[in-house]
Amino acid sequence: MVVPFIQFVDVKKRFKTQEVLKGVHLSIHRGEITTIIGKSGTGKSVLLKHIIGLMHPDSGHILINGEPVHLLSREKIKAFQKKLSYMFQDNALFDSMTIYENIALPLAENRDYPRNRIREKVMNQITELGLLGSEEKFPAQLSGGMRKRAALARALVIDPEVVLFDEPTTGLDPIRKKNVHTMIKEHQKKFEFTAVIVSHDIPDIFNISQRIAMLDEGLIQFEGSKQEVLDSHSTIVNAFIRGEEA
Amino acid sequence: MFIKSVEKTGETTIRLLESCGRLLIFFATGGINVFILPVQFSKIIDHTWFIGVKSFFVIVLTGIFTGMVLGLQGYYSLVKFGSEAGLGAAVALTLVRELGPVLTAIMVTARAGSAMAAEIGVMRISEQIDALKTMHINPIRFLFTPRLIASVISFPLLTSLFNVIGILGGYLSGSILIGINQYDYMDTVIKNVDMADINGGFLKSLVFSLIVTTLCCYRGYYTHLFSGFGARSVSLSTTNAVVQSCIFILISDYIITYFLV
Repeated sequence: MVVPFIQFVDVKKRFKTQEVLKGVHLSIHRGEITTIIGKSGTGKSVLLKHIIGLMHPDSGHILINGEPVHLLSREKIKAFQKKLSYMFQDNALFDSMTIYENIALPLAENRDYPRNRIREKVMNQITELGLLGSEEKFPAQLSGGMRKRAALARALVIDPEVVLFDEPTTGLDPIRKKNVHTMIKEHQKKFEFTAVIVSHDIPDIFNISQRIAMLDEGLIQFEGSKQEVLDSHSTIVNAFIRGEEA
Repeated sequence: MFIKSVEKTGETTIRLLESCGRLLIFFATGGINVFILPVQFSKIIDHTWFIGVKSFFVIVLTGIFTGMVLGLQGYYSLVKFGSEAGLGAAVALTLVRELGPVLTAIMVTARAGSAMAAEIGVMRISEQIDALKTMHINPIRFLFTPRLIASVISFPLLTSLFNVIGILGGYLSGSILIGINQYDYMDTVIKNVDMADINGGFLKSLVFSLIVTTLCCYRGYYTHLFSGFGARSVSLSTTNAVVQSCIFILISDYIITYFLV
């Protein structure tokens, strides 16, 4: 049996009186795109933040390659987290920095890259993502779609092994949404990273996902392939896909 | 009723202790990072420019009018005792020991401290601080440490500027406008201001720089914990940062003065 790359085992998380995650079990496999769907406010972003270490479970375990995170040494956790990248729902670009500086930041601050190597890598991303000519602009001077691309460039510039996308297409028109989906798919194919996407773009997002999980009422109600979702007999899953209340 | 009030007092005490602990850890983390390589030269220069150089005109304006008012008030008080010749000393000692460091710190708090709290607060609510963490960049080192160093450099220099301009302001109103002997004014300044007075003033400005930067950055950094969410939380954090900085400047001024005199 293949050991999942990242695994949630009975993870619970509470904010004051509200229990957001009530015992989540979820497996994420290496090199796949896993999409988490579910109603707004069900804790999908909270789930992502547990993977990157911005939040920690109240109870339950997160396993990396089968090893519980809480049993890993600090160095091992750091090494794992260095392989992760996170693309925020609202991009979280630094508004007082240019697009070039935003994309270069993770390299300039963390790695021992010489300046010319940083420039080369950043310009590669800028070219790949169609941001040429915008490198000296500030995020506020760009359209929503370009800001998304800049955020994606910043997430990919460190050559991550895992990229977490928190609603990467929020606020975009259907054409730009499709572009972002295509970009994610192409980059995932090219660089073979593991992707976890939180998305509401149903059914479009199914076309780029290998696995789909649905979070509802603090629990994973369904986990499987695109076909399995579409063939599912679960009333919650079917109602959500049709955009109806269960 | 009694139990409820005890519970409330307990809750408030715990929250206050938590807040103090968080503030201390924040300051210690920022302070330790001053000594961790690599030195963040470009950020330190940027912040020194913003905190120090851009405060130049505010300090000059405040300094000259403070000195002029001191010259005017000092003259009319001293003339009653026939000691108007000591005006220079009175103006200079008041400025060097007290008003220079305190007013400089308050002006810089209003100009740069509020900006620090607001900028970091906006970064917090727009997830930019979380973004730093996901990039494995220590946000306290990235945001607070360079500002701390820049303040430690800028505050004493701005205080010196304030003192010099203030003494010139006193000279302007006391000697040029009222007509006190120019030589007497400068002579009493030179004879009565000791190195100990100047060092005391610098010590105060150093302490104030630590207080202002720590409180303003801390308030911005933990905006989400104190004042709810959104733009309103940033405005509340900024207001609180400025008010608390001013209060702590005055409290610490008293404490330092108590030990210096």
